[in-house]
Amino acid sequence: MLNPFLKKYILPALMLLLPASLLRAQTDEDAIMMSKKNLCIGGTYMHSSWDHYWEGTFKRDNKNIGTMSTQMFGLMGTYGITKKLNVIVGAPYVTTHVTAGTLHDQHGIQDLSAWLKWLAVEQNAGNGVLSLYVLGGGSIPLTNYIADYLPLSIGLQSKTLSGRLMVDYQVGKFFATLSGTYTWRSNIKIDRDAYYTTSLHLTNEVEMPDMTAVNFRTGYRSDRWIIEAVLANMTTRGGFDIRKNDMPFPSNRMNATMAGAHFKYNFTFVDGLSLTGGGSYTVAGRNVGQSTNFDAGVFYILDFSSKKKKK
Amino acid sequence: MRIKIFTPSVAALLVMAACNKSVSDRTANLPPLSPADQDVNAGSWKPMLLSRPDTFAVAAPAATNSTGYAADLNELKGYQKGMTDAQLGTIKYWSAGGVLRWNEIMRSLVAKYNLPPYQNSDTSYPIPSSANPFAYPYFPFANPPYAARAYAYVSAAQYDALVACWYYKNLYKRPAPYKTDSSIRVYVTKTDLPSYPSEAAVLAGVTAEMMKLLFPDEIASIQQKLQEQELAAIMSGAATRSDITAGEALGRQVAQLFTARARTDNAGKAVGTQADWNKLKTTAQAKDQLPWLSLETPKRPPMLPLFGRVKCFLFDSATLISLRPGPPPSTGSDSMKNATAEVYAKIKSPTRDQMKLVQYWADGAGTFTPPGHWNAIAAEDFIKKNFSEVRWARNLALLNCAEMDAAVSCWDIKYYYFNPRPSQMNSEIKTLTGIPNFPSYVSGHSMFSGAAATILGHIIPERASAYMQMAQDATNSRFVGGIHYKVDCEVGMTVGKNIGNYAVLRATKDGAE
Repeated sequence: MLNPFLKKYILPALMLLLPASLLRAQTDEDAIMMSKKNLCIGGTYMHSSWDHYWEGTFKRDNKNIGTMSTQMFGLMGTYGITKKLNVIVGAPYVTTHVTAGTLHDQHGIQDLSAWLKWLAVEQNAGNGVLSLYVLGGGSIPLTNYIADYLPLSIGLQSKTLSGRLMVDYQVGKFFATLSGTYTWRSNIKIDRDAYYTTSLHLTNEVEMPDMTAVNFRTGYRSDRWIIEAVLANMTTRGGFDIRKNDMPFPSNRMNATMAGAHFKYNFTFVDGLSLTGGGSYTVAGRNVGQSTNFDAGVFYILDFSSKKKKK
Repeated sequence: MRIKIFTPSVAALLVMAACNKSVSDRTANLPPLSPADQDVNAGSWKPMLLSRPDTFAVAAPAATNSTGYAADLNELKGYQKGMTDAQLGTIKYWSAGGVLRWNEIMRSLVAKYNLPPYQNSDTSYPIPSSANPFAYPYFPFANPPYAARAYAYVSAAQYDALVACWYYKNLYKRPAPYKTDSSIRVYVTKTDLPSYPSEAAVLAGVTAEMMKLLFPDEIASIQQKLQEQELAAIMSGAATRSDITAGEALGRQVAQLFTARARTDNAGKAVGTQADWNKLKTTAQAKDQLPWLSLETPKRPPMLPLFGRVKCFLFDSATLISLRPGPPPSTGSDSMKNATAEVYAKIKSPTRDQMKLVQYWADGAGTFTPPGHWNAIAAEDFIKKNFSEVRWARNLALLNCAEMDAAVSCWDIKYYYFNPRPSQMNSEIKTLTGIPNFPSYVSGHSMFSGAAATILGHIIPERASAYMQMAQDATNSRFVGGIHYKVDCEVGMTVGKNIGNYAVLRATKDGAE
């Protein structure tokens, strides 16, 4: 494999009015594998905020929300079952806050997510190396946090299953990675027993539309550094627009296109220790906040392979 | 090897993707209404506004051996020849009960129109106008007082119209088409109830006519519902064209009595003027009280401050004043300080159960409001009781007149005292749902719930304590949600129950019990 170390981490997709996690270099989003019997553990922090959002296609501010901010504190682990098959697990603690109005903050442990990542094809092509990855993943809420309290809910309570195809091409130290994802989302149950979308529903069950995502990242990748630019889009396959001056709802059509940059640095003085960081901005959206996001993470690799033990 | 590991998750994905996620309503698959008692004497029940059941004349129907009637039957049989699944679905939908379905349609319209207008660029707010309902902000803003009144007018008009309908059914005793021609298939429950005039068409006519006033943007969609309901009545074998025509005309005439009252009941003036809004503030200050302030940015004018002057259904204006409770704690007093501290202590670190209670009863912007919630509770219990259409209408009229009068009384009290919300007294108090844009004392949820639980407990006595428990939950939800002081809830519940008792009083005297 191109690089023996896991470079990135994962956080569950947090939709809300906040598609922040889309851009973050993630192990499920990048073309990097852990070696066999290596475990990478890490802690991440993300801050996301917005003071404008799209109500349907109408971009506005809201003086009764002011600036909405979300912080995520994530724990993750990636394990190399083999050098071509990795499992990635993560879960975050999330806090939300608005600076104006009277709505109460929320906080809590959100969803557990897990991915299986398989390096299906790796071959020389032209001057570089072409790789194809196949990924399957899912997420499940870890606590009974409130979903129907947007934009302050910490998550949407939906269980998800995702399939992803990812292609990576590297020439020398320059690379480009393109992936496409389909996410199936389970219906959710909310606290009230009637709600209005584009019609009245006399039930507490909410039909959650599925989602698709496309992620493109390109840049410089060496054993020491990864520096990349990222462009990402998520699209809800259905759902409805927030009505004028209404509150958002879990089954809204939440779409976003984000652009950003990310880096990772592997320290030399401690083998297996790395630092990540990055930022992104929502350039277009629908029923989401126009968020600005920053993140940072620390990772450490533990090697359980027999080779290491003998040493 | 690796393929084997991966295959199960791909398979699971495909299986789940194939799952049907569509969600259906609790009342989507009801059987046809089959009343235990058709209330054949309902023509003698006391109407809300009609002075007599025959105030509006309905001509005698053509005899069942006439050529006109034969043509009616031919039309019916023609429809039955080639019915589509969609038509059968429409019949099934309406056969569950016309009063029920129109009530659900009403609730959906209230939810659709219950959104506060977005501000103008100069930070003022536009006011919806019935003269121009199609331009933003759409008319109406179906907030709780508006909704309570709309439910009441529609329910009361439906009740009066069905009393008149039952009167003429009993007078003319024209049998249903399936009784006069055995070749007609029947898609509803067979009964001995005469079919002229058609109760389905009476309901369609009276409701469509009321909606012109209450939801003028929706005239076209309502007219479509009317046609669906009437055609379903014919196709189901329950009514002929002449039953329908007479019924719709009667319904529309009765509605006009109610729309005439609605135009002069003072609701049209409830928004008030800048001078009215200023006066509320100076009056409170003159009483040495901190006046209520809008907690929205930009500051929004108070919601319908003159709604307390609207004409009630169950009692007169002198009674309305007598229902007004004593004042809340003075805004400068220690007891007000303590009441505020009590809210803050409750809301500081809310539990999940606390949030659930607040959300379940929130019924805020974009919902069918608290009176709509009580309509939903009532309707789901009425379904189990198999009431006749006329008794359905009577019971909902009692409920909704109580809810409207509770709204009038509550708004009278709120603007008489003009008391600040907990979050105005202490900006650290954050709420678990949107804070309403009107004064605190007394709680609207508590009044609506106290009134509803009282009249519903009278209608279905075996559920009385369950309704009272729900009312108590609704009341508590406003305190633990940070929206109200405890005293707002306690006093609101008491006044609400008093208003519910006026509906009970009426119920005992209307001839239906």
